[in-house]
Parts: sequence; structure tokens; C-alpha cells
Amino acid sequence: MNPIARLFGWAALVFGLLYFFIPLTGLVEFSLKARRGVYSLDAYAKVIGDPEFQATFGYSVLMALVTIVIGVLIVVPTAFWVRLKMPWARPYVEFITLLPLVIPAIVIVFGYIRLYNTSSWLPMTGSVMGTNILLAFGYTVLALPYMYRAVDTGLRTIDVATLTEAAQSLGAGWGTILGRIILPNVLVAVLSGAFLTFAIVIGEFTLAALLDRPAFGPYLQRIGANKPYEPFALAVISFGITWACMGLIQLVTRFSKHTRAQN
Amino acid sequence: MAFLEISHLEKSFGANRVVKDFNLDVDKGEFISLLGPSGCGKTTVLRMVAGFENPSSGAIRIGGTDLVGKRPNQRNIGMVFQAYALFPNLTVAENVGFGLKIKGAPRAEIDRRVAEMLALIGLPDLGGRYPFQLSGGQQQRVALARALAPKPQVLLLDEPLSALDAKVRVSLRNEIRAIQRELGITTIFVTHDQEEALSISDRIVVMNGGIADQVGTPFEIYNRPSTRFVAHFVGQLNVFSTDGAGNLAGVQLGAGRDFAARPEALHLGRAPGTDIVLPARISEVHFLGSVIRLTADAAGARVSLDTFNRPDVPPPAIGTDVELSLSSRDLIPLG
Repeated sequence: MNPIARLFGWAALVFGLLYFFIPLTGLVEFSLKARRGVYSLDAYAKVIGDPEFQATFGYSVLMALVTIVIGVLIVVPTAFWVRLKMPWARPYVEFITLLPLVIPAIVIVFGYIRLYNTSSWLPMTGSVMGTNILLAFGYTVLALPYMYRAVDTGLRTIDVATLTEAAQSLGAGWGTILGRIILPNVLVAVLSGAFLTFAIVIGEFTLAALLDRPAFGPYLQRIGANKPYEPFALAVISFGITWACMGLIQLVTRFSKHTRAQN
Repeated sequence: MAFLEISHLEKSFGANRVVKDFNLDVDKGEFISLLGPSGCGKTTVLRMVAGFENPSSGAIRIGGTDLVGKRPNQRNIGMVFQAYALFPNLTVAENVGFGLKIKGAPRAEIDRRVAEMLALIGLPDLGGRYPFQLSGGQQQRVALARALAPKPQVLLLDEPLSALDAKVRVSLRNEIRAIQRELGITTIFVTHDQEEALSISDRIVVMNGGIADQVGTPFEIYNRPSTRFVAHFVGQLNVFSTDGAGNLAGVQLGAGRDFAARPEALHLGRAPGTDIVLPARISEVHFLGSVIRLTADAAGARVSLDTFNRPDVPPPAIGTDVELSLSSRDLIPLG
């Protein structure tokens, strides 16, 4: 590489890092200024000690786990079947899984409210449990593009058809093939999808707010509107959660036997 | 009654008939090879026996029981794939024991059988390794052990040696044959490699365009091919055309027919017992170690002949005029 190109590369990298880190540094710095004149973790202590933070964060974590389970149960068999028996359907399935990226969450939630309100044939919004289920399915839809792509990429790394036939010739049925052969071999991909889903659900505002559920997203918004320093501490915490998820994706990829086999 | 009967088997993909009226009877313990070029339907036949493809018509019976309509996991047929298909998330021992675990065999029996199978394939100490820690040859041995562990009625081998290097391929094919003989398991082996098929089979089915062109022992297939395709596909062939009166080098053979001779049937010089002598000019010399393959222009055709290497007799130089001889008994009439 010639020196000018190298210099340009470095300049682009430095610009990108500054673009990303300067606002973030401001955010972190301001979150530490709750006590006048000195840096302190007061804002963080206040946020973490807030019972509402614990309740909403706990609720969102639970909803994220439920969403991941539903997502895995829907996406893994679908992606497996499309790859194995219906490769012609792949473009259609990909298109459907991409729809949540172009249809805003607010449209989805208004659709839900219209379809499942208390005077509808399936009044899911009439009970707390029904609304929770609706919210989990809504989150599943929002996470679908990420989960499907992650799982599909994972399936691409293994010879799905031959492994399936090998398992069948040894007497395995579909449940065994999915549970003992396919899922463990795409576990890294599923975990990647799961961590992305977790990050999406933890910060999601629209669905939770409009379905009136006590989730972390609406809590973030409420605190942001009413408190000076705590919202910045919460924003840093949210960043931390997302980065932790990304780090975990890297970690499970590195420690995967299957991935090592590819190298 | 044959142990495995395949009768009037047909398979079409849309308008494309890939297997046409395929019939085969296999005795218990027999080793059969399906040999043919790519796209001849040999793998499709194998996949129909395994249950991965449904026949368009026809029957597949094992021990008198019709398998058509049964799912692959209900057939008790072991299969080894070209791409090994070991489960990457399971150890060697877990792979080998997988079929028995599915059957609900007790832990002790699984452990005993896994140890037995690993000893059989010569890898008794590798049970704890993962597939990615094994060489290609080792992986294919494990795949064989995995297929054999649940004691299948029939073993299917779908080009299991194609992905291996030449040396491993030869040693593993001998091992496969030895294990098959030891266990007495009925085996169908799919290959496009004629040398492989000739060296390990009890009988060979030569397939062409979805049809079984000839079924016979390796000796019959090589020495008495029944069709022009079989003659050309199995082994090297020199084709001679007779003159208008049906003569080749003055020997009456029959008018209007072509005749073929294997390279080893041609001799350099006048050999005893031969009745056809052809003047020829050497055009190529290939030294192959124990054998020297010569190419010569003779009787209006380019022919190959093999001679054993003798250190005291150097091969003829390119351009040398020589005489080639052969016995008319060694000629194969081509239909």
C-alpha cells in the first residue's frame, strides 16, 4: 500500500473513532457530574437503587428471554426446512423476515391493538397475560430479521442435507435431528441472534409504551423527561448492555468447537 | 430368493427419467458396486434404497419386506456418505453410538459396541476426539463404524473414497472390503472409479443413462463386456475395424463389426500363441514403474499396449517401427 493510501486509511479510522467516541465521552462525563464539582457515580447509584429501574429492567429481561425462546422455536425449524426442502421459498422467506425493518413498530402495534382489542374475537389486550404474550410476539417480529439471518448464516456453514440424511439413516426422527444435530451445530449463530434480540428488546420503546407494559424502554423515556443526570447514566448502562451482548457473541464464536473446525 | 430385491425401479424428476426399469437381486453378504459415469442414476438408485428418494414405480424388498413408503429412519439401513457427514458437535464415540442411542440401547451396551466398532476400524483410542481433529481417512473410518454400529440389514456406501487422496483410498477400500467380509453384511457401493469397483466387488452393475447395462463379476465385466458402453467405460480399449471382407491383418473375424482388445492383450513383437500381427510405429512411451504403456499407430488406429518393465530391455524409442501381435481369442466383439 502506498503511503498516501495508508495515511488516508488512518485518517478515516481516526475520524470514525472521534465521531463515535466524542459524544460518548460527553455522555459518560455528564453522567458522572451528579455531585457538584467532582466526578461521582451518584447518578448510577440512584438509578440502580430505584425500585422502578429494577422492576422494569427485570421485566424487559424476562420478555427478552421469552422472545428469544419464541424466536428460536419459529426461526430454527423454518430456516432448516427452507434450506432442506424448500430452497425455492428462500427469497420469499427472506422478504417476509425483512418486513419488520421497513414497517415501523408503531404500525405493528396499532395493528395488534386493532386486531386484538377487548371487543375483538381474540381480546388479548383485555388481560395482563394476554398483553404480555402480544408484546413478546411483537418483539419476536421486530427481532426476526436479525434472528433469521443469524440462523441462516449458521446453517450455511454446515451440510444440512447430508447431516440430516446421516441422522435419518441412523434412525433419528425430525425432533431428534433438530434438537441433537442441527441446533447444537448452529448454536453460535442462534446465540448471536439471541444476543441481538436481547439488545433490541431491552431498549424497545414503541410496542411496550403503546401496549402499556412496564418495560425498560418506557422507563428510560420517563426518566429522560424528568431527571437531569440519571438518563445519561441509564444511556451508558444501555450502551454497556448492548456492548456486552456483542462481546458475548464474539466470545461464543471463539469458543465454539464447530467454528474452530472451520479454521 | 435374494436378500435384497430391486424390481422394475423407475425414477423421474419432472420429465427427466433418471432410472429406467432397474432390476437387481443381491444375495445376503454380497458386495455389489454400482459403477457408471456422473448422471447415470447410480446414486439415485442408492438413495431410493436408503429412502431419501421415493421411486416413481417399482419395488425394493429386503428379506421379502417392501420398503417403498417406509421412511429412511424406519429401514435399518446404514449409509456412508462421500462427505463423511460426521456430526461436528459429537465426539467420535458419540457419533458411533448415535444410532444405538436413538434405538434406546442401554448405556453399557452402547459403550461395548462403540469400543468394538472403534477396534474394528483400527481407531480404539480416538473415541474422545471431535471430527475436526481427525484426518479425512480417519473420519471416513468413523463414518463406517457409525453406520455399522446399529447392525443394519444393508450397508450403502455412496462414493465414500472420492474425497480421499490416492494412497488412503486404496488402503481404505481394502479395509472396507475386509470389514464387510468379516461382518458378512450385504453392501451396495456406488462409485465412478472402475478400478475401485473391479478390485473390491463380488459383482458390478454398470449403469448408463439410468439403465443397468451389464451385471456381472469383475472378471466378466472386464473380459466379456456385453455392450459397447461397458467395453469402453471399464478399462482401456483398443478398437479395430475389419476390412470389407471381415479380415484383420489377414485373419477372418467377421464383416461389418468392430473388435476391441485390452492393452495387455497386445504384445510387442510376435508372441507365441498369437495369430494376428500388425505393423506399427511407436508414438508415445509412458514409463509407469512396473509397467510401460506404449502407444502406437497400427492398422489405421492408435492403440495402447502394456509391457512389463524389464531392467535389461529398454523400451522402444518413439518413431521405431515394430510389430504388434495378438490372439483373435482375446478380441472382444463390439455390438
